[in-house]
Amino acid sequence: MKMKKVMGLSLAVVMAAGLAACGGGSDKEASTGGNEKKEADSGKKTITFCFRDDGQGEDGALWKWIQNGYDTWDKKDTVELNIAPIVAQEGDYFTKVALQLADKKTCPDLVCEDTFQLPNDVSAGYLTKLDDYVKDYEDWNTSYYESMKKGVTGADGSVYGIPYCTDTRGLWYNRDILAQAGVISEGQDWEPKNWNDILDACKAVKEKCPDVVPFWCNSGVATGEATSMQTYEMLLYGTGERLLSDDDKWIVKSQGILDSLNFLQDIYTNGYGPDLSLVLNGQASNTSAREYLPEGKLAISLDGSWITGNWTDTGAAPWPEAKDVLGFASMPTSEGQDPKTITLAGGWALSIPENADAKDETFEFIKHLMDPEVYTDAVIAQGNIATRQDVAGDETYSAQPFKQIATEFLESADFRPQNDKYSTVTTSIQTMVESVVSGTSPEDAMTQYATDVARAVGDDNVTEK
Amino acid sequence: MARPNRAAVIKDEAKKSILLLPAVLLLLCFFIIPIVLTVYYSFTNLALSGANAKNVEFIGFENYKRMLTDPSTMTSIKNTLLFLVGSLLGQSILGFLIAYFMKGKPKGLRSVVGPCILAGWVMPEIVVALCCMAFFKDNGTMNMILGAVHIPAVSWLFKHPMMTVVIANVWHGTAFSMLNFQSALDNVSGDIEEAARVDGANRFQTLIRIIVPCIKDTIATNTMLNTLSTLGVFGLIYAMTGGGPGSSTTTLPIFMYNQGLKGLQLGYGTAIGMLILIVGAVCSVIYTRILKDQ
Repeated sequence: MKMKKVMGLSLAVVMAAGLAACGGGSDKEASTGGNEKKEADSGKKTITFCFRDDGQGEDGALWKWIQNGYDTWDKKDTVELNIAPIVAQEGDYFTKVALQLADKKTCPDLVCEDTFQLPNDVSAGYLTKLDDYVKDYEDWNTSYYESMKKGVTGADGSVYGIPYCTDTRGLWYNRDILAQAGVISEGQDWEPKNWNDILDACKAVKEKCPDVVPFWCNSGVATGEATSMQTYEMLLYGTGERLLSDDDKWIVKSQGILDSLNFLQDIYTNGYGPDLSLVLNGQASNTSAREYLPEGKLAISLDGSWITGNWTDTGAAPWPEAKDVLGFASMPTSEGQDPKTITLAGGWALSIPENADAKDETFEFIKHLMDPEVYTDAVIAQGNIATRQDVAGDETYSAQPFKQIATEFLESADFRPQNDKYSTVTTSIQTMVESVVSGTSPEDAMTQYATDVARAVGDDNVTEK
Repeated sequence: MARPNRAAVIKDEAKKSILLLPAVLLLLCFFIIPIVLTVYYSFTNLALSGANAKNVEFIGFENYKRMLTDPSTMTSIKNTLLFLVGSLLGQSILGFLIAYFMKGKPKGLRSVVGPCILAGWVMPEIVVALCCMAFFKDNGTMNMILGAVHIPAVSWLFKHPMMTVVIANVWHGTAFSMLNFQSALDNVSGDIEEAARVDGANRFQTLIRIIVPCIKDTIATNTMLNTLSTLGVFGLIYAMTGGGPGSSTTTLPIFMYNQGLKGLQLGYGTAIGMLILIVGAVCSVIYTRILKDQ
C-alpha cells in the first residue's frame, strides 16, 4: 500500500515537472528571437537578422554580406548580431516569416522582405514605418532609384523597407547549342521575335541535340514565387494582359491566361521541357542554373538575371566561361506586338518589424550594410542589380558579365501589382501552372484558378475578360 | 473491513482527484483548449498576413460554404479516401500475412524478419519519406533493379504518385498491424485449429472459417487505429510529392496546409481541419458500431 502511495506521488511529481518543463522550454525557444535575456547578461542590444537560406549556410552571399557588414561596423562593440536564417523553400519562407513577425517573442529585428510580400505584411501591421528614419538618411534622397523606392512604399505613402536588390528576367541561352541546332549562326545573338520563334528553336534543339533539354522554366508549386513571376507573369504580361484590371479587380478568365497556359502546354507535351521530376521540386531553379546550364545540358532557360551569382568564383557553381557560352535575350511578346519585349522586375528589401526591440540600432546597421563600401561587393556576389545609382556606376560592378544588359532590361520593366492580396493569388497561379504542365487542360486549370482566386479575394474583386 | 463513512469516502475521492489533476490539466492545455479554439477560428477570417491579420472578424459559415463549393475539396476528399483505403488494405493484409506465416516458425527466422519489418515502423515519418524517395526517384534503387532486368525506368513519383506514397505508408505502418495480429494469433487456441483439421478442413478453410472469425475484434480495432493515424499523415506525403504533381496526392491535411499556412488563410485552413476531424469521427463511429454489433 505504502509502495503504491509513493509511486503515485512520484508519478504526479514527474508529470507536474514535465508540464513545467514544457512551459519553460517553449519560453526559452521563443526568446531566441527576443533580446531581453541577452540584454540582461551583457548590457548590449542584439540585432536578430532573418533571411532565407537555400541551404548554402555561411557560404551564402547574403550571410557573407551580413557577417562582413557587422565585422566592419563601428558599433559592433555595443550591439550584438544574431544571424537567424530560415532554411526553407521560398513559399514556406513567407509563412514562417509571417508567423515570426506576428509574435513579439519570436520577432526578428531585421527581416528580408520580398517586395511582393511587403504590402501584405504592411496591411497586417507587421512592419515599422521608416519615414522618420529615411528623412535623416541622406543617401535615400540622392542615391536610390525612384522606381525602387516605389516598390517599398505602402498604400499609405509611407516607406516600409530599404530596397537592397532588384532583378530582371529573360531568356538565357547556350550559344553553342543554338548554333549547333542551326537556330543562330556562330557568334550571332539570338533575338526571338515571338513565342513561335521560341517553340521553333526548341524543336530544332530537340531534333539536332537529342540529349539536351531544350527549354526550362520554373513550373511547380514547390518553386513558389519563381513559378509565378519568372514563368507565368512573363508570359501573361507578354500577351498584353495584366493580373489586375484597370479598376483593380483580379482577372480570372481571359484569352491571355489561356494563351499563356497553352504555351506551357506546348512546351511540355512536345517534350521540350525537362522531366517533371526535375522541375516540380523546390530545388528546380538551382538544378537548372547550377547543373544543367553549366554542364551544357540545357539550351534555353527562362530565368532571372541573378543566376549569374552562382557562377562567380565564390558562387555555388563557379563557371568562368559563362560569359562566352551564354547569351541573355529579352523575352518577346506573344506575337511580337508592341512593346516587342517584356520583362518583370522584383526585388527584396530590408525591413524592420513593428515588434522589433532594437529599431534605432537596426536602422543604423541597415545604413552601414547599404554603404557602397560594403554593398557593392555584396550585390555582385548575389548576382543582383543594384538599387543605388552610385553603385550601378561602379567599375567592378558594371564590368560583371551580363550586368549591363540586365540593367538595360530594367528601363522598360513591369512590376507586380502592389496589392495586399497578391501574395495569396500567387499561390493559386502556381497551382494552375503545375496542373497544366502535369496534364490538366488549360481550360480546366483556369476554371480552378477562377474559383481559388474568388475565394481568396472575394467574389466582388474578380472579373473576366 | 469496516464500512467507510461518508467523510472518508469524500476524502478518498479528493485524494484520487488530486492525483488525476495533472492529467486533466495536460488534457485541458494541449487538447481541449486547442480544439475549442480551432472550432472558433474556423468561423473567422483569421489570416497570417494582410489586413485580416489585424482585424479578425466572425464570419459565420462563410469558410464552410466556400469549402463545400470548392472543387479542390472534393479532389482532396477523394485523394484522402484513396490513400486511406490503399494504406488500410496494404497494412492489414500484409501485416496479417506476415504474422500468420511467422506463427510457429523457428525463433531464428522470427528474430530476423521481425526487426526488418519493425525498422520501417520505428523510423520517423520524414526519414521514411526520404528512404522511399531514394528508392523511387528517377535514378533510385527501384529503377536500378528494373534496369538490371532490362525494363525501362519509370518516373514513379510522377507517373504513379498516389501508389508510391501508399506503398511508403504501408512500409511505414505494416509493423503495427503485424504486432497486433501476432498477439491475436497467439491467443487462437491450437485445439480449435486441430479440431478443424481433423474434421477435414484444409489450411485455407481453417484460415477463413476459424482463425479470421476468432480475431475479428483485433481486425476491427486495428483498422480503426490505422484509419485515425492514416488520416493525419502529412509529413510523409508532403516530403515525397508536396501534394503534387498537380493535385494528385493532395490529401486533406496537405490541402489544409496549403490553404491555411501557404495561402496564409488560417481561418479557412482551420475549417478544413474541422472537416478532417469530422471524417475521423465518422469513421470511428462506424467502427465502434461494428465492434458493438459483434
